[in-house]
Amino acid sequence: MMSLIIFIGVVLVLVILFLIFRVSNLVGIAKGKEEEKGGTWNKVNAALFVVFSVAGLIWFFWYSFAHFDEYTLPIASEHGKRTDTLFWVTMWITVVAFVIISLVMFAFIFQYQYDPKRKAKFFPDNHYLELTWTIIPAIVLSVLIFTGLRAWNDITAPASKDAEVIEVIGQQFAWTCRYPGVKDNELGKVNYKLIDNVGNEFGLDLADKKTFDDFKSLELHLPVGKEVLLKIRAKDVLHSVFLPHFRVKMDAVPGMPTHFKFKVTKTTQQMRDETGNPNFNYELACTEICGQGHFSMRMPVVVEEEEAYERWKASQETWLKQNPDYLKQVPANLREAAMIKAGLEKDPGTSVAAVNE
Amino acid sequence: MATSNIHTHHDAHAHDTHEEHEHHHGNFWTTYIFSEDHKVIAKQFLITGIFWALLGGTLSVIFRLQLGFPDMSLEWLRPVLGGWITAQGKLDPEFYLALVTMHGTIMVFFVLTAGLSGTFSNFLIPLQIGARDMASGFMNMLSYWFFFVSSVLMFISLFLSTGPAAGGWTIYPPLSALPQAIKGSGTGMTLWLVAMAIFIASSLLGSINYISTVINMRTRGMSFTRLPLTIWAFFFTAIIGILSFPVLFAAALLLIFDRSFGTSFYLSDIYIGGEALAHDGGSPVLFQHLFWFLGHPEVYIVLLPALGLSSEIIATNSRKPIFGYKAMIGSMLFIAILSFIVWAHHMFVTGMNPFLGSIFMLLTLIIAVPSAVKIFNYVTTLWKGNLRFTPAMLFSIGLVSFFLTGGITGIFLGNSAVDIQLHDTYFVVAHFHLVMGSASFFGMMAGVYHWFPKMFGRMMNATLGYIHFWLTFVGVYLVFFPMHYIGIKGFPRRYYTWTNFDFAQGFTDLNMLVSIAAILTLASQFIFLFNFFYSMFRGKLAPANPWDATTLEWTTPRNPGHGNWPGEIPHVYRWPYDYSKPGAKEDFIPQHIPYSETPESNFPHENDLIKLETSNGEGAIVVEDKH
Repeated sequence: MMSLIIFIGVVLVLVILFLIFRVSNLVGIAKGKEEEKGGTWNKVNAALFVVFSVAGLIWFFWYSFAHFDEYTLPIASEHGKRTDTLFWVTMWITVVAFVIISLVMFAFIFQYQYDPKRKAKFFPDNHYLELTWTIIPAIVLSVLIFTGLRAWNDITAPASKDAEVIEVIGQQFAWTCRYPGVKDNELGKVNYKLIDNVGNEFGLDLADKKTFDDFKSLELHLPVGKEVLLKIRAKDVLHSVFLPHFRVKMDAVPGMPTHFKFKVTKTTQQMRDETGNPNFNYELACTEICGQGHFSMRMPVVVEEEEAYERWKASQETWLKQNPDYLKQVPANLREAAMIKAGLEKDPGTSVAAVNE
Repeated sequence: MATSNIHTHHDAHAHDTHEEHEHHHGNFWTTYIFSEDHKVIAKQFLITGIFWALLGGTLSVIFRLQLGFPDMSLEWLRPVLGGWITAQGKLDPEFYLALVTMHGTIMVFFVLTAGLSGTFSNFLIPLQIGARDMASGFMNMLSYWFFFVSSVLMFISLFLSTGPAAGGWTIYPPLSALPQAIKGSGTGMTLWLVAMAIFIASSLLGSINYISTVINMRTRGMSFTRLPLTIWAFFFTAIIGILSFPVLFAAALLLIFDRSFGTSFYLSDIYIGGEALAHDGGSPVLFQHLFWFLGHPEVYIVLLPALGLSSEIIATNSRKPIFGYKAMIGSMLFIAILSFIVWAHHMFVTGMNPFLGSIFMLLTLIIAVPSAVKIFNYVTTLWKGNLRFTPAMLFSIGLVSFFLTGGITGIFLGNSAVDIQLHDTYFVVAHFHLVMGSASFFGMMAGVYHWFPKMFGRMMNATLGYIHFWLTFVGVYLVFFPMHYIGIKGFPRRYYTWTNFDFAQGFTDLNMLVSIAAILTLASQFIFLFNFFYSMFRGKLAPANPWDATTLEWTTPRNPGHGNWPGEIPHVYRWPYDYSKPGAKEDFIPQHIPYSETPESNFPHENDLIKLETSNGEGAIVVEDKH
């Protein structure tokens, strides 16, 4: 019933609008007044452009300043400061250009609106003008290009040898981390054909002894002030690692491991103090469309002082310890070493050194 | 096809003597359906494009409801969407992705490529260069009907129980290759690929025709340097299309192989649905290279025609020559060339070699220079003009404004270091919707308003046009400008909801504003629709040259028949921008007026051309085109 009333109402409004349109049309014809070039509407349109540009620019500046803290994210990485600086430098340059061009354009629109008494200026070209506005943007852009290139080259330069290596794996619709383990500090080999849905979600190749002390985490723990190298891969479709506060983004590609190195500058606690939000947490999000649960691929991120971080690492159980059934897959000659490295057996001390050779 | 309301003496005369020659009387089918007349084909593209634009816009409003009003019950959409509304009255998250995907596909390809180029290249090329029709009318007809078949397939895919393609309009594999990854990658994706393959055939047929027509069929005197900028734009667009669309075809074909025949062009190391797939050695990044090799030129396929249309309209309504005619051509040429070597700026963070990233960043930012030149030239054209704000002029000014606002954010995104944070956020959405979507859409609207009198012989209602413009112009800014803020904050695109993330909280107000503005903007398009169809039948009869323009199409009768000009095709003696020439009686001199008739306004070098006009001009008329 309600929708019927709404429907009838809408129809009535449309009919009335149509009638107004017809009547105004007929009145126009009856008056015999041809729509003149440069009539009232011409003035109205010219004025509306001015109103629009002034109101738009005022709103733009007011919102940009008044809500600055709402639309900017705090930075917590070293290269992030640099890319943000670039962002804001570009912003200032382009906003100046934008405002000048807009104002000039809308001023011209108002000033040169049609006047039957005036004739437009025949001004087909001017090489000096054209050269000027080819060269000036070219120079400004070169500056942006070269500062951008330097930042980009530094950001994508190879990570240092002692960077903290952590693997992040995307799958529909969750992230998992693999840490290289505290014993050898190296990630073991993986092969996607070894992945199963009972326990070996990484596809760990247990013939490789580096896998024995690897451990899994559903939280990304990072040390502050130390270079981190994220090794990124995907199991099924494309995903993308996005760490908004660290200004980090890199796709996870099945069949093509990718990586991103960065240095975090603030612990979670520091950030909580700074933002005054006791519940603040860093997060990892997915930014490459990956299916129905794309919007829910979140992994919490914890940034700690290095000692706390090392303590956390040492407290984690190795993957093999959590999945002791897989010991069967370890070659017989490595099994004992695996048990020790995985923490399934006490370290007898001397024998470990031999295994590690 | 009767030319019943002829106003000028010249046209009435032509009507009497030439009707038998020019009107090939066909039946309904050959005249309106399987027509080989470029004007009818253009209208077919336009009407189909309008249908798709409405559909594409409606899809976007549905997902904007989800984003702007996440708590709203969408139960009332169940009669239309059926099972895609969940038991809780929510939009199904997978269907949300399907909506996003189809909105992109429809708008980019079916509206702004076929609807824009298809309409105006077809309509204006023969009329503005002085040709009777396209080089091949038959191929031209095929071009439309391939597009039609493609449209039907894409439309059918919307009604599949598994839904249409849902992996984003960029259809990146493996998501688009694996039905187990998302339902839309089943039959929906197959139909998408087949429809696009046919679409590409249509686009190529059209482009080949446009190029050969422009090169071969210009009337006497219509040298390349006397072509209106519209024709230059269509010409470049067609060349870009011919060179880039086949690459998309290759990409789609290989994807079809991967999907159906077990090849591994794009697939490798995949464990999904509890099993490791046999595909090995492929690269998803390869697809992205192939896709964007089309995808980036595609941006200019969409944009250049709009820039061409608006150049013409702004010059006409400023009553001034377009400033820097040759610079405008040069910048379009430069943009066209550069468009082929910037594709990987869509891929800075895909794991592509960073060195490649730096090269592409350099090339990408260079493209800002010719774009800036175009904007400056537009503004200078307005300077000291005598501006008539027709609806077409308003939309052209709107285009320049969007091109500026959206173009500027390209400088951020083209900078690979800055792009790391902005990639795949709403900043990107804001950027391309303004610079490519809205600018091109406004170019298309400007074109419809400006050439409607030539298309249908009647005028559109100007007042409704003004209202339509202001609602749309303000609406588009309200939709896309706030997205910059949302994007700077890091909100990722293609998210069903942001509630899972702490960093992406807030902005419910802005998102609501965006959604309301989107609904109002779509609603105001119905003003246009009414105006369009009403004026087609009941609009005021159009005078021969309603805008006092110089180009050749305005020398045809009010309703040009098959063959366009009843008598000989007019000859061209001057460039298309002789507006407000000093000394001239009127503020425009059409292209077909010889310099010998305008001694009062000729420049010295033009007086020299008079001799050439008389030496071969008169004789040529006799030789020309008797059939």
